[in-house]
Amino acid sequence: MANDNPQDKDHLNPHPEKPGEAQRTGQSDPTLEQWTGATSAPQPAPPAGQPPAEASPSLPASDKKAGATPLKPEEAATPKPAAQGHAAPAKPAGPAIQPWSGEIVERLQARFGSGIRGANTYLGQNYFVVDPSVAYQVLALMHDEEEFDYLVDVTAVHYPDREQPFEVVWILYSFSRNQRVRVKASYGENQAAPSVVSLWVTANWLEREVFDMFGVRFDGHPDMRRILLPEEWQGHPLRKDYGIIQQDQQWVKINLGIESGQ
Amino acid sequence: MADDTKSRTAHLDLDTPESQIETYMHRRAAPAREEETYLDANELVLNMGPQHPSTHGVLRVILKLDGEKVLGTECIIGYLHRGVEKIAENRTYTMFNPYVDRMDYVAAVSNGLGYCEAVEKLLNIEAPPRAQYIRVILAELNRLASHMLWLGTHALDIGAITPLFYTFRDREEILKIFEKYCGARLTTHAFRIGGCQYETYEGFEQDVIKFCKFVRPKIDEYETLLTTNRIWVERTRGVGVISAADAIDFGVTGPVLRASGVKWDLRKAQPYAAYKNFEFDIPIGQNGDTYDRYIVRIAEMHQSLRIIEQAVGAIPEGPIMGKVPKVMKPPVGEIYHSIEAPKGELGYFIVSDGSTQPYRVRVRPPSFVNLQALDKMVRGALVADVVAVIGTIDIVLGEVDR
Repeated sequence: MANDNPQDKDHLNPHPEKPGEAQRTGQSDPTLEQWTGATSAPQPAPPAGQPPAEASPSLPASDKKAGATPLKPEEAATPKPAAQGHAAPAKPAGPAIQPWSGEIVERLQARFGSGIRGANTYLGQNYFVVDPSVAYQVLALMHDEEEFDYLVDVTAVHYPDREQPFEVVWILYSFSRNQRVRVKASYGENQAAPSVVSLWVTANWLEREVFDMFGVRFDGHPDMRRILLPEEWQGHPLRKDYGIIQQDQQWVKINLGIESGQ
Repeated sequence: MADDTKSRTAHLDLDTPESQIETYMHRRAAPAREEETYLDANELVLNMGPQHPSTHGVLRVILKLDGEKVLGTECIIGYLHRGVEKIAENRTYTMFNPYVDRMDYVAAVSNGLGYCEAVEKLLNIEAPPRAQYIRVILAELNRLASHMLWLGTHALDIGAITPLFYTFRDREEILKIFEKYCGARLTTHAFRIGGCQYETYEGFEQDVIKFCKFVRPKIDEYETLLTTNRIWVERTRGVGVISAADAIDFGVTGPVLRASGVKWDLRKAQPYAAYKNFEFDIPIGQNGDTYDRYIVRIAEMHQSLRIIEQAVGAIPEGPIMGKVPKVMKPPVGEIYHSIEAPKGELGYFIVSDGSTQPYRVRVRPPSFVNLQALDKMVRGALVADVVAVIGTIDIVLGEVDR
């Protein structure tokens, strides 16, 4: 039992500064590395186009090659050593990402061609991966013609190893179809995503939050300011390179003038 | 003695008035100056909160007023920001479970339900039927508790004190059931990924049925206090109106959306847990005003009781925990799962990188999105209505700020 779960034990380690702690587990865990030492160098990015190494923290570069082959989750390909210790609860092969075909997909592909980089289904949920340059047009079309009248959420995910590290995710819902669709597009460090406030008013605060947490700017937003954090806050907390320990140490040093115990 | 008094009076009579009159006259002449004084301006910027009893927490609203009329508002939020999404990235899936209770802390059960179901979907497992029934019962009890707390505080904001005592008295009975079930009253952490941690205690069903019988007439009691109360109707009818089209545009969900006439409830639209097994109606309003939102929530409480009574009579036998791996490593992929929390659509967007910790957890909070519509709802209204509208949206700042 204890051996089965080395990462969990590490996680509970109250002295996470020890370098190499994460490596000891034999499997590099990005979040753990992040947690154990914010200063540790980020993993070198895999060359573009090449699928990441097995232990690499990044997800399969789904949007780089999306559409070419239905991607299989890594889990299905390589049984995890941790799972072997248990009387494995007969894990089914695991859900796989399936290509999604439907009328919407056809219409969008006819309209945007290669701008739609992929249309997939995972666990019964449909999503598009689109080229960042056509993201606004795709969303406008979804809003105006496909009756996706409710913007559920705008959020982002940071993949530091990718060429375009910020994947912005729009979650849409259509009342008339009772259907949910995600639209995803990746943006670079200094690239602005298009604002959809003109399509859905609700995007206003949601985009501000993405800006606050990731530093992704939205072009055309009426009021691009931080929303949850104070104006003078340094950095964007939900980026993977934003170390919470480092942040704590800095704060204590500046505001209390002592060394942080962390 | 008498002389003394006289002289003092005389002194006053002689000296003070003249100089005072002069000063006064001088001041009166002031408006002739070129620049206008602060009070001459038509627009007044008023700061409300963050420490204000009617903001239900630490919400700061900057109001721009013309007399009593609201020209516009701006919400300043984030005072309760704890970085829940960042915390999630540094915890395992199981460890993060109790944290979600701290977002909407008056509806902790619903938060836990949404999170557990999202991770279960990611793991491709399902909670056993018995666990799902228990989940429904507790989630609906929690909806009642949340609506009761809302009603009490909302009425208090508007000036009716009595409903607060009534609702808190009855909410206590729900919290007692929670306490007997899992030991906690508020931040319950009642569910685990894959099912429930605890089997129902001896007499759980009887307690719940007893509570339902007890609370039905109590809800009618709230109604006798408010529904036809002239002050209540005057303060709420036609206040904070939002049309169905605007509500959809602003992404508001839950009772606020339904009061505008949109018949949409995730429990019906995309059933989760065991909701597809129960009969219940979706109450809707017509005018989208504060009064309709009150009526919708009262009707929802009755519907919740209906669900609870159906569920508690039909809890299936069997295990309460599904087959969950000891070390949870969901396959690489992402999921968005949302439930109908008492305040609206509560969604979790979870990205897994195949490790024990989530790569990213995004919480789609109903309060945050609904609060954005405040400006739309109070523009052109009176300043006293702002308090009523903040109450009627039913926000919890723990969830707005996360």
